[in-house]
Amino acid sequence: MNIVVCIKQIIDPEVPMSQFKIDPRTKRQVQGNNPLVISPYDANALEVAIQLKEKQGAKVTAISVGGATTIAALKSAMSMGADEAILVNEPLLAGSDQQGIAYALAKAIQKAGACDLILTGCESGDWADRAVPGFLAEELGIGYVGYVTRIKVRDGQVVVRRVVEDGYELIEAETPFLAAISSDETNTARYAKLRDIMAAAKKMIPVWKAADLGLDLERIGASAARVAITDVYIPVKESRCEMIEGNTPEEKAAKLAARLRDLKLI
Amino acid sequence: MPGTLVLATTKDGRLTRNTLELLAGARRLKEKLAEPVAAAILGTEVGSYVPLLFAHGADQVYRAEHPLLEGYQGDAYTLALHQICERAQPTVVLLPGDVMGRELGPRLAYRLQATFVAEFIDFDLDQASGQLQFTRQAYGGKAVAVVQLRVNPVVATAKLRTLEPATQEEGRTGEEIRVDVVLEVSHLKTRLIEKVQEEATGVNLGDAKIVVSGGRGVHGPEGFRVLEELAQVLRGAVGASRAATDAGWVPPSWQIGQTGRNVSPELYLAFGISGATQHVAGISGSKHIVAVNTDPEAPIFKVAQLGIVGDWKLIATKLIERCKELTQV
Repeated sequence: MNIVVCIKQIIDPEVPMSQFKIDPRTKRQVQGNNPLVISPYDANALEVAIQLKEKQGAKVTAISVGGATTIAALKSAMSMGADEAILVNEPLLAGSDQQGIAYALAKAIQKAGACDLILTGCESGDWADRAVPGFLAEELGIGYVGYVTRIKVRDGQVVVRRVVEDGYELIEAETPFLAAISSDETNTARYAKLRDIMAAAKKMIPVWKAADLGLDLERIGASAARVAITDVYIPVKESRCEMIEGNTPEEKAAKLAARLRDLKLI
Repeated sequence: MPGTLVLATTKDGRLTRNTLELLAGARRLKEKLAEPVAAAILGTEVGSYVPLLFAHGADQVYRAEHPLLEGYQGDAYTLALHQICERAQPTVVLLPGDVMGRELGPRLAYRLQATFVAEFIDFDLDQASGQLQFTRQAYGGKAVAVVQLRVNPVVATAKLRTLEPATQEEGRTGEEIRVDVVLEVSHLKTRLIEKVQEEATGVNLGDAKIVVSGGRGVHGPEGFRVLEELAQVLRGAVGASRAATDAGWVPPSWQIGQTGRNVSPELYLAFGISGATQHVAGISGSKHIVAVNTDPEAPIFKVAQLGIVGDWKLIATKLIERCKELTQV
């Protein structure tokens, strides 16, 4: 079984507000001293793939579209257990919208060879458009569902467990299949062992360009983007919290109940 | 006819609140674009919803009935909605920002060669260009972005519990258009084999007037039994932060925040939730937020109106007692 996991490298989304800045010129987050990481749900997707590999054997390939720094994210994926990694590093892709990125990913996946399962995170930790998996499935013409937390594969049949608003569903499909992965207690990304980090550091990661993939240049880059991001700003939040004081928790709780009663909330 | 097309959904014989929110958005767009509002309704027998859609602001209703449209299935809905769009030729398609809409949006945009905009919270016409622009959150709710369309049409998902639901106008009517969708079993690439419900109190999180929610500070599944009891007493729903669902203390479907549900209750009670922006993004429509946390510096107090620094469990247990006393009167 061949599994491709599409990952994105982003600035650590857990940075506190005090470390969060927007460059007024580029309208993007300033990296500053914040680390670059694999987008959190993409790490869950890697975990799902690596667990499948451990259970029933599979080759796991991590693919990313990004700049030279993205090599670190791909090495990190390999240290977790991905067998191979591919970087699509093409300056002409800069400014692409999700459709352009999904197109480049589809071409890279096709070039990488036959695959049974394609996994992505259900949303990126920066823009959270949740658009790439759907565009990718359309581009490849394969089945797709989102918010998947668990996967079983047997004889070309996939059964996925996907989170919905009021519970979960079990959905069956044929391979090749694309699942956008959400998190639950079974797919928290593992920490790589030091030995595996060192082994991954020595591995070569092929870098593909637009020409290697035969990309139609009219479909990528800022000129093909269907939206223009005209402004990005940090909203001013004005909220004043009234702290309920008291000598004991009982007193505080009683005061809270009384306040909620006054507000006709309970 | 150009205009805005809203995908309507129903539950228990009624239009969903999501649908009413989208219709409210479409009615605002009608004022700006001077184009009509259309609704698409998909299912097996949906005729009874057509007058309701007119009453809530639809000028046209596209009604598609087919055995394969009973319940959401991604391939069937994408195909049917695409066929309706080919007929209706909308400039704007509005979908709810739920599991269904988030899946459908990009797929439909791809087939329509349309722009896709995710989870808008507002929209307006750019004064200079006259182009439609959408406001949305970015960076896990830390920032707000304005995106302007360069290509029409657009398929957009609305961030739920942001728009006020459309109200009903008695006697309002419109044009019904029946669409015979071409749809076969062979088009469907996935099959639903089982559905499991996980709501704790039987109250839907998205519609609840009171939401009791717990996070990392609740320290385990036992703590959520206390919160469930409080929710029972208050006739509310129980939710959780990602920390609690990722730990497996409660099901992932209980997650509130950017990835999970958006809620806008009258009262949101947050116990042991630090208040990461990704969580706050899902509760910003709440009328009153009450936070209980041991850490006085927790970011949740920056968005709450009422706060208590203290042990969540002692507070929650006492609150259950007090609420029982108060509600018995």
